[in-house]
Amino acid sequence: MSIAQKQGRFGVFGGQYVPETVMNALLELEREYQKCVKDNKFYDEYMMYLREYTGRPSPLYYAKRLTEKLGGAKIYLKREDLNHTGAHKINNVLGQVILARRMGKKRIIAETGAGQHGVATATVCAMFGLECEVYMGKEDVERQRLNVFRMKLLGAKVKVVEAGTGTLKDATSEAIRTWVARVEDTFYVIGSVVGPHPYPSMVRDFQKIIGQEAKAQILEQEGRLPEYLIACVGGGSNAMGLFYPFYEDKTVRMIGVEAAGKGIDTPLHAASINGGTVGVLHGMMTYLLQNEEGQIDPVYSISAGLDYPGIGPEHAYYHQSGRAEYVAVTDDEAIAGFQTLAEIEGIIPALESAHAIAYAMKFAPQTAKEEIIIVNLSGRGDKDVETVAKVLGGEENGK
Amino acid sequence: MWKRLLKYWGEKKMENRIDKKFQALQAAKRQALIPFVVAGDPNPEATKDIVLAMVDGGADIIELGIPYADPLADGTIIQAAAQRSLAAGTCIQTVLELAAAIRQDTEIPLILLVYFNSIFKYGQARFIKNIVAAGVDGIIVPDLPLEERTELAALAKHYGINMIPLAAPTSGERIARIVNEAQGFVYCVSSMGVTGMRQTFHNKLQDFMDEVKEATALPRAIGFGISGPESIKKLKHLAEGFIVGSAIVKQMESSKRVEEMREKVYDFVLSLRKALDQA
Repeated sequence: MSIAQKQGRFGVFGGQYVPETVMNALLELEREYQKCVKDNKFYDEYMMYLREYTGRPSPLYYAKRLTEKLGGAKIYLKREDLNHTGAHKINNVLGQVILARRMGKKRIIAETGAGQHGVATATVCAMFGLECEVYMGKEDVERQRLNVFRMKLLGAKVKVVEAGTGTLKDATSEAIRTWVARVEDTFYVIGSVVGPHPYPSMVRDFQKIIGQEAKAQILEQEGRLPEYLIACVGGGSNAMGLFYPFYEDKTVRMIGVEAAGKGIDTPLHAASINGGTVGVLHGMMTYLLQNEEGQIDPVYSISAGLDYPGIGPEHAYYHQSGRAEYVAVTDDEAIAGFQTLAEIEGIIPALESAHAIAYAMKFAPQTAKEEIIIVNLSGRGDKDVETVAKVLGGEENGK
Repeated sequence: MWKRLLKYWGEKKMENRIDKKFQALQAAKRQALIPFVVAGDPNPEATKDIVLAMVDGGADIIELGIPYADPLADGTIIQAAAQRSLAAGTCIQTVLELAAAIRQDTEIPLILLVYFNSIFKYGQARFIKNIVAAGVDGIIVPDLPLEERTELAALAKHYGINMIPLAAPTSGERIARIVNEAQGFVYCVSSMGVTGMRQTFHNKLQDFMDEVKEATALPRAIGFGISGPESIKKLKHLAEGFIVGSAIVKQMESSKRVEEMREKVYDFVLSLRKALDQA
C-alpha cells in the first residue's frame, strides 16, 4: 500500500521544496531508509526497543464511564500516554535515531513545540550516547518549562529560537537551517509527518505501530473493526499513525481534530485545513495558514503541540480525497475534555489529546450504542497541568 | 575563461539583459559584481536610492529580494532585513513598482530573489508576466530544487526570464541536471549553511567550481558568505561573477538615515569593485 506517488507526493501535496544544499542529504536519507524498510534486522531492532524500552504495545482501554456519560458508541482509548516519555513521539524518534546510527551520524538535532518530541529525542540520544540539540521557540520554552528542564536533565542542549513568533514553525525553520550548515555529520529528526520527502512517509511508517496495534487489539476485544477513529492533528503524526493501517478499511471513518483556539472565525487558531489554503512551507506543499501573499500567519492554540501553521501532506491528501474528515475544537472545549477525562476516567490527557477527547464528547452522543470509536490518547497531561491551572484559576477568580 | 561562453551565446538570441551584460563584461575582460538588497528595507521609498548607489559604485547586475518571513536559506541578517521590509508594508506589488521605477533610470539587469510560496500564492504565470512588465530579467528561487522547478522554469523560459539555478558543493552528480537548460548564470553556493558573512568557505570549493565549469558554458557566480573586498580577492580566480548580500545589508543596518545608507552602500560596492578589478 503506497500512497506516496511520484517524488514523495500525496496527490499534489508533499514534495521537496528545500535549498539545493540539503537535496543530497535528503536523497541519501531516502536511500538508507529504503534499505532499512527491507532489512529485517532494522525492523527487529526497532521493535525490540519499542517493546523493551518504551513498553509497547500500549493498551487499548475501554473507557466505560466516558462511554456511559456520553450515551453513544463504545469509546476505546489508545493509550499512547503510557509510553516511556509520555507520548507517541518516541515511536518515531527510536526509528529515526536507529537509522541515524546506521548512517554513522554522530550529532542529532530536532525541533520541538510542546517539548514532547524534544524530550523523546533527548531520551533516545541519552540511551545511545549521541550528541543532541533541540530547537525550541522562545514562547514554547516559557510555556513548557518542565519539558525544557527534562531535556537538559537528559543531556540535550536546548537552543532557544527567538525569530518570528517564537513557536514550532520558527523552531522547525531554524533546525532546517542548522541541518543545511552541517549536513554531513548531522541527522535531523523531524517530529511529525511534515517536512520534505521522505520525512512525511518515514515518520508515518514509524508511527503506524499505533494503528497496527489498535487494529489487532479491537479485533481481539470486539471481534470487528471500529466505525470511527478520532485523533488530534497539529502536524498530524499521532493521527497518521492511527489512520494509516485503516486506510483500506473503507467502513472506518477517520476524523482528525484541529485546534480552533479562540475560534475558527477569529485569527487565533491553528486549524490549517479548516481555515487555510494550499502553499509551501518547510519543504512541503500542503494546507497552510497564510495570507494572500504566502506569508505565514501567526497561529494560536492553548496546546503548544498543535500550534503549527501547516499539516502533514498526507493529511492534506486524505482531506482532499475525502478519505478522512477534519474538524476543529476550541481551547475551551479542549479544557472541558481535559477535565472530564481526569474526573471520570482518572486519566489526565495532554492538551493536544484533549482536543480529540473533546471532539469525541461532541460526536459520541450522535452515534449508536452498537458502534465503536477509537480515540488516540496521544500523550499524558502532566506537562499541561500548570497551563490548565492558570486557565481554571482565572475562571474561579471570576476573570 | 571566457572562450567557452561564446558557444552558449552563439546559440541564443541576445535579448535578456543578463546575457548581454555577461557578453559585455567578457569583451572588457571583467567579472560581474552582483550586490543584493531586500526590496523595501528599511522602507520601499529607500530601495531605489540604494540600488542606484550600487549602480554608481560599480554593480553589474542587481539582485532584489522579495521579503519573506520564513526564509529557509537565509541567515539572521537577511531575515531581519525581510522583517523590516514587511513591517514597512512591502508586498509583491510594491516590489514590482520598485523594479519598474528602477528600470526607468537604468538598464542594469535586475534579478529577483524570491521564495517559492510567494510565487505560488501569487500565481506562477501571473508572477512571471508581471515581472516581465516591470522590467525584471531573472529570478532565483532558493527553495525550488530541480525536482520541483519544471513548471516555473518553462514559464520563465517562455517569457524570456532567466531562471538562475543554484548549485552547492554537495550537489555532485546533480550538477549536470541542475545546469541543463539553465539560463543566465549558475549561482554557486560557496559554503554550506545559510546566507551570512563568513571567514572560510567550503574546503572543496575549487573542485566544485571546476565541476560546474565542466558541466556548462554558462557563467558562474559565487554567493553566500562573501563579507567584503578580502573575500573577493580570495575567490576571484574561481568565477565569472560574485554575489554579495548580507555584507551589504549589514552596512545599511548601522545607519539610521537613508542618505547615510546610500553613501555606505556606495562606498562598500566601490571597494568590492576595486577588489575585483585589481590585477
